[in-house]
Amino acid sequence: MDAIAGHLNYWLIAVLFVVGVYGLAFQDNLLKKLMALNVISVSTIAFFLNLGQKVGAKAPILPGGVKGGEAAAYANPLPHTLMLTAIVVGVATTGVGLAMIYRIFKHYHTLEESEILKGMRE
Amino acid sequence: MNKSRPTTILDTCVRLIIPFYLVYAIYVLVHGHYSPGGGFQAGVVLAVSVILVQLVQDPNPRWGLGRDAAVVFACLGTFMYAGIGLLTMAWGGNMLDYGVLPLGEVEAEVRALGTLGIEIGVTMAVMGVFVVIFNLLRGEE
Amino acid sequence: MTRKLGYLSLVLLAALFIYVSLDLPPTGDPHSPPATHVSPRYIEKAYKETGAANMVTAVLADYRGYDTLGETVVVFTAGVATLLLLEGAFKFKKR
Repeated sequence: MDAIAGHLNYWLIAVLFVVGVYGLAFQDNLLKKLMALNVISVSTIAFFLNLGQKVGAKAPILPGGVKGGEAAAYANPLPHTLMLTAIVVGVATTGVGLAMIYRIFKHYHTLEESEILKGMRE
Repeated sequence: MNKSRPTTILDTCVRLIIPFYLVYAIYVLVHGHYSPGGGFQAGVVLAVSVILVQLVQDPNPRWGLGRDAAVVFACLGTFMYAGIGLLTMAWGGNMLDYGVLPLGEVEAEVRALGTLGIEIGVTMAVMGVFVVIFNLLRGEE
Repeated sequence: MTRKLGYLSLVLLAALFIYVSLDLPPTGDPHSPPATHVSPRYIEKAYKETGAANMVTAVLADYRGYDTLGETVVVFTAGVATLLLLEGAFKFKKR
């Protein structure tokens, strides 16, 4: 029972990741593929944040500093830092993806991957 | 994008809320040492205030950042970050080792000042890049 | 047929993730490896060494400043890439 309660978050994150992979592999529309990539990105961020939690921990902010041996009372700041930058970079790269999709649409006049492949063969 | 004027309600709401956005962004930036916040968040809030005006009012409003100015901001921010790193090397430390800068006596305070410097650079870069991306994806008039 | 194989592989992927997650530390365990190796040093010495009470800022801008420089360059490059891809794209129609 404890194992289930302790690992439930990981399972939900795994399901979220698989939903993203499903969208990436089975959707035909390029915009939906980009959304699926963002879902995968969110699941990765949730995974890292989940690793940084401690039971009953406070936010890692304390004027005056923390005394030695009290580290367990504060959440791990490292995943927060890494995911903070990952979120901003994710938004910026989504912008690049949208720009690429726009150029593809300009060229092939469609967003469906099967029709784009047909257009490439001609 | 249609060229119709914004309604009075939207226009007034935007005019009321923009100063608070700007003050909040500056607060998030300079208070990032003592509360949740920092360069990335402040840059996003600044970019959102610029984008809000472009959405509600003209696409090319009199107030705000144009595309060229935003590109300049993005370049300046990245250059500022790297430039502070080069400055610390010029004073004989490692790259981005702020303790060697001649800004004060206590090393921790000098490091806090150096941190603030690069946070300002990050803010400018993020704001510029987000405004540029929105500006381009929005399209021409 | 290919589609069914695809669904099967997705289910296998989910099962693999769930199986592997049993080896991970349970959520909120204060004795897990990520909570005991690097972060105690950040939590205990961040204010003394960097003067920033917010440890996230201390790690972001001071301990891992070089990392953040890379991230800023990535964001900047994304902006430049969008500019290169779309600059003039909307004027294409008029020509």
